[in-house]
Amino acid sequence: MYLADRSAPAGAEPAPDRGPVRAAAVAPTVLALGTVSLITDISSEMVTAVLPLYLIAGLGLSPLGFGALDGVYNGVSALVQLTGGHLADRVRNHKLIAGIGYGLSALCKPLLLFAHSLGPISVILTLERTGKGLRTAPRDALISLSTPPELQGRAFGVHRAMDTTGALLGPLAAFLILSVAVDGYDAVFGVSACVAALGVVVLMLFVPSGDGDTRPRPRPRPPVPRTAEADSVDAAAEPAAVAAAAAVPAADRPAPVRLRDALGLLRLPRLRNLAICAVLLGLTTVSDAFVYLLLQRRTGIGDQWFPLLPLGTAAVFLVLAVPAGALADRIGRRTVFLTGHALLLAGYALLLWAPDQPALPYLVLALHGMFYAATDGVLPAAVAATVPAELRATGLALVGTGQALARFGCSLAFGAAWTLWGAGPALAAAAAGLLCCAAVAGFVLRPAAPDVPLPDPNRTGSP
Amino acid sequence: MTLSLSRRLIVLAVAVLLLGGLAAALVLRAASRDDKPSAGGPTVAPGTVTLTRPGTLTFLNGGQGPHRGALASVPADAPDSERTASELNCRRFYAASGTGVCLRSTPGALAQDNKALIVDSELRTLRSFPLAGTPSRARVSPSGRFAAWTVFVSGESYGAAFFSTRTAIVDTRTGKLEANLEEFTITMDGREHRAQDVNFWGVTFSKDDDTFYATLSTGGETHLVKGSISGRSVTTLAKNVECPSLSPDETRIAYKKRVRAGASLWREHVMDLGTLREHALAEKRSVDDQAAWLDDRTLAYGLPTDGAADSTDLWTVPADGSGTPRLLAPGASSPVRLG
Repeated sequence: MYLADRSAPAGAEPAPDRGPVRAAAVAPTVLALGTVSLITDISSEMVTAVLPLYLIAGLGLSPLGFGALDGVYNGVSALVQLTGGHLADRVRNHKLIAGIGYGLSALCKPLLLFAHSLGPISVILTLERTGKGLRTAPRDALISLSTPPELQGRAFGVHRAMDTTGALLGPLAAFLILSVAVDGYDAVFGVSACVAALGVVVLMLFVPSGDGDTRPRPRPRPPVPRTAEADSVDAAAEPAAVAAAAAVPAADRPAPVRLRDALGLLRLPRLRNLAICAVLLGLTTVSDAFVYLLLQRRTGIGDQWFPLLPLGTAAVFLVLAVPAGALADRIGRRTVFLTGHALLLAGYALLLWAPDQPALPYLVLALHGMFYAATDGVLPAAVAATVPAELRATGLALVGTGQALARFGCSLAFGAAWTLWGAGPALAAAAAGLLCCAAVAGFVLRPAAPDVPLPDPNRTGSP
Repeated sequence: MTLSLSRRLIVLAVAVLLLGGLAAALVLRAASRDDKPSAGGPTVAPGTVTLTRPGTLTFLNGGQGPHRGALASVPADAPDSERTASELNCRRFYAASGTGVCLRSTPGALAQDNKALIVDSELRTLRSFPLAGTPSRARVSPSGRFAAWTVFVSGESYGAAFFSTRTAIVDTRTGKLEANLEEFTITMDGREHRAQDVNFWGVTFSKDDDTFYATLSTGGETHLVKGSISGRSVTTLAKNVECPSLSPDETRIAYKKRVRAGASLWREHVMDLGTLREHALAEKRSVDDQAAWLDDRTLAYGLPTDGAADSTDLWTVPADGSGTPRLLAPGASSPVRLG
């Protein structure tokens, strides 16, 4: 692979001689994947931005009940993510599975033109999200496999910032088209399909396959023995990552990845701890929609500003994703991840108790965006450091799925609590839960747990 | 794939050109529709529409062409004649006694800019209210004093479709706004009902300028409610009733009834308010609209145009369950019979 060979030295150079805080270039693979995500997010957010208008004003449909279905889609998407991650490791071709995911989503865009009722539209959106679910874990695995361990946080930060840029540009493009062509929904869907296709082209041209070929292979090495899997993989996790960084392949001809290996991952204490924490914190993370509704109720923001609230979060996320990722590499991913949740907790506290001041909405949105910046890319960076390279996508998918399902559960529970107790008590309960879960997470993720005779994942990044 | 960098850049450039060209062509094609009317469609001429001319049918012109979305009028007894299109563009419209409510949605830079306009009989804007979401239903009380609207609020971006409704009632004389009917006291089965999952939509007004009917959704069910504006309260009357529309003689409501739980299929029904007895109408297709009464015997409603994604046709059907549906106006929505 041509690009792989070129990118490997920059991406896989070991750090020790230069110190932990050097500013090396971001791996070309990360930039390529960031570009693919940017383009794809423009495409999908174009559709998202006009979909309510198209359904209600264009087709004259009542989209109530859509919200209930949405939970199902997200559940499906989460489970598909697990499949996508494991499949990518099995076929040893992350790019292929990610490409299928991106391609499936791209194919769905023009189909929207032919769907005139809620049923077909739901089916298409489900397929679209299946594509999203498929590609997430292989893409994150590609990012982590192309980046040295001590720069993972920043790499994910760069990717998330580019991704969010696309999400912000999408509505802009959609409304630009609608202002040129009155009711040009067909044009929006068509352009969205073209943009999505371009994303797939960029993926195919500029992203190397993630079958371990991002590392040069100077000399063959005897395969890692795969007996006593659960324990040896555990112990091999960090060395594997270091080996990758040191441009030495973990195994010359690796044994096939089996489902048992995937389940065995959960026996890795550090990955298991991260998964537990992601689930616990996900269970107490109130979904964005509720945050914006609460914010409007609390502050009486004018109705005309309501649709712009998510943009506030996204803008803060966009600006801070890279610094937060780099900070996580330097002072520890655990610290930044937990700080992110503390910021979210502060946001909840403001929503609950702060006096109604003009600055309140800005503060809450800033905290909400900072929460995403400090957690969204930092979690996969932390997960990647605990999973051997050949099971990277599976490991990322395990934690991602756990988190997504937990957040889905939280939405249901929060909705029920809102109904039973009202908005304030429901949020107070969520905040109390978040505080407890964050405390547990802080304990579980404490550095150098005595039963793990391994270096701390953040050690490589600390001075 | 072992293409050299320059080869790959060439492939990328070709892809950008091809896809960019296709995208530009799609936008240009959509934009050019604005200027020329579609062949075989109804003829439309610009002109003056007033809301006080009896015997007139108004609707929003939906056909492709320069007057798409404009409030248009035709003689009620000759709906096929040339349409007179005003300058007023809306997503939803309703009028009574010389007062109109126009829900407007224009593309802003970052999001749709949605507004409710209260207009007088000459379509001059009297008041304007920002809306939190996408326009869905609009009504004016028979006297023209109150106006109501429902919008769908979509909670966020990031692909998560999340919808909730918000229904408001405004006194067009004083400008006093009840921004959210969810703040009204709800009496359900004789007891006060408090829940946070309450959604209202589809208000219809009585002549007394206080009583209204609407749909209340809570606990996964929809209810017909009768409300009082001055009392800021509603009481449930019946279940599985959506988008009620009160007949001019105020003895019946027309509404859409969900055929099967969970499915997006509705049959248009009429209920006698005295006996709460209901009957289905001759329209067999799924109606997702708040029907309008053209007179005490006839209903009008929109149905998606066959084969066109973003257009509806207006149909009429007798209110007593007899007869067959008849096409009233192709490429049109929001019908109002000016009395």
